[in-house]
Amino acid sequence: MEQGHIKITIDGKDIMAREGQSIVQAAREAGVYVPTLCDFKSLKPAGTCRVCSVKVNGKIQSGCTTEVSYGMKIENESPELINLRRGLVEMLFVEGNHMCPSCEKSGNCELQAIAYRYQMAVPRFPFSFPHRKVEAKLPHLLLEHNRCIQCLRCVRGVKAKDGHDIFGFIRRGHNIRITVDTTDPDSLSEVTAQKSNGYLPRRSFD
Amino acid sequence: MSILDIDERILQLVEVCEFDKSPINDIKEISEGCDIGLIEGGCCNTENIRVLREFRKHCKILIAVGQCSITGGLPAMRNGIPIREIFEEVYYNGPTVANKLIPNDEEIPHILDRVYPCHEIVKIDYFLPGCAPRADLIWEALTALISGKDLSHLTYANFKYD
Repeated sequence: MEQGHIKITIDGKDIMAREGQSIVQAAREAGVYVPTLCDFKSLKPAGTCRVCSVKVNGKIQSGCTTEVSYGMKIENESPELINLRRGLVEMLFVEGNHMCPSCEKSGNCELQAIAYRYQMAVPRFPFSFPHRKVEAKLPHLLLEHNRCIQCLRCVRGVKAKDGHDIFGFIRRGHNIRITVDTTDPDSLSEVTAQKSNGYLPRRSFD
Repeated sequence: MSILDIDERILQLVEVCEFDKSPINDIKEISEGCDIGLIEGGCCNTENIRVLREFRKHCKILIAVGQCSITGGLPAMRNGIPIREIFEEVYYNGPTVANKLIPNDEEIPHILDRVYPCHEIVKIDYFLPGCAPRADLIWEALTALISGKDLSHLTYANFKYD
């Protein structure tokens, strides 16, 4: 075995992972799909959406924030986990206003894609139909709170030139809302809009 | 009406089933003991609820067809806004309103406090998502049910919300 390599098992299949990797990273490198939503490229994992939940040595943990360790036995595609993940996606759907037929992101939406994967026909929970307003304070960006799943990608990924946050969140629990520092000149720039284009709808496309 | 998207396959369908109440033959009442009922749209008013309950009473299998019946759909965008505010906007403050009057004739069904998906009112056996649901999805579901199978696995490519 190479130095710094660790052997783990995902659904009975042996996989070589590197030390310090998360379960999601190791699985991805080995070609095993673990669904993720809040995870984004080079951002430090936050474990907010829990869709990557896997069973590690009999205990359910989020795959993006759990580091691999020697001899880990991981369950990924068991009926129990599929049901759990579908339940998590259903909770995201009933918590906000995710109206696919009228949404401009439909067809290019990670939340929708995972719901398709798990064939979520109808959520098992009642819809909450919250009343949320769209914020259009910034010249290039819309804050569409109806579609927000509080993944915090924008908070973690978009920073001003001097490194401080442009996006943040206020309140806690189901009242949590993303907010934006409109006083920062960087928040008004086209560059910020481009950087956040993975997370938030832009006001115009050219 | 998206059932018509199955095109000429409807001819195969009439070989094995009989259309009861439907917009196609414009029959208003459901006969006793209908095998499969397809319901579209959510419940916005008391009349919608009455019709849905009639369907449940008379159909052995009830299927919600389309996003409006499953999630409330676009009409559900009014959910969360108080009904008084909606009425005032529509019948009082709207830019084209001539006679400011909220209709309250007893012939008109009462509007509900919010739009309800069908499964929050009665038991729904199966759901066919889509806006509109793909013809192939409807065909797959109907042929499966008619031949006695259940709908635990629908074809991935036909399973859409938009």
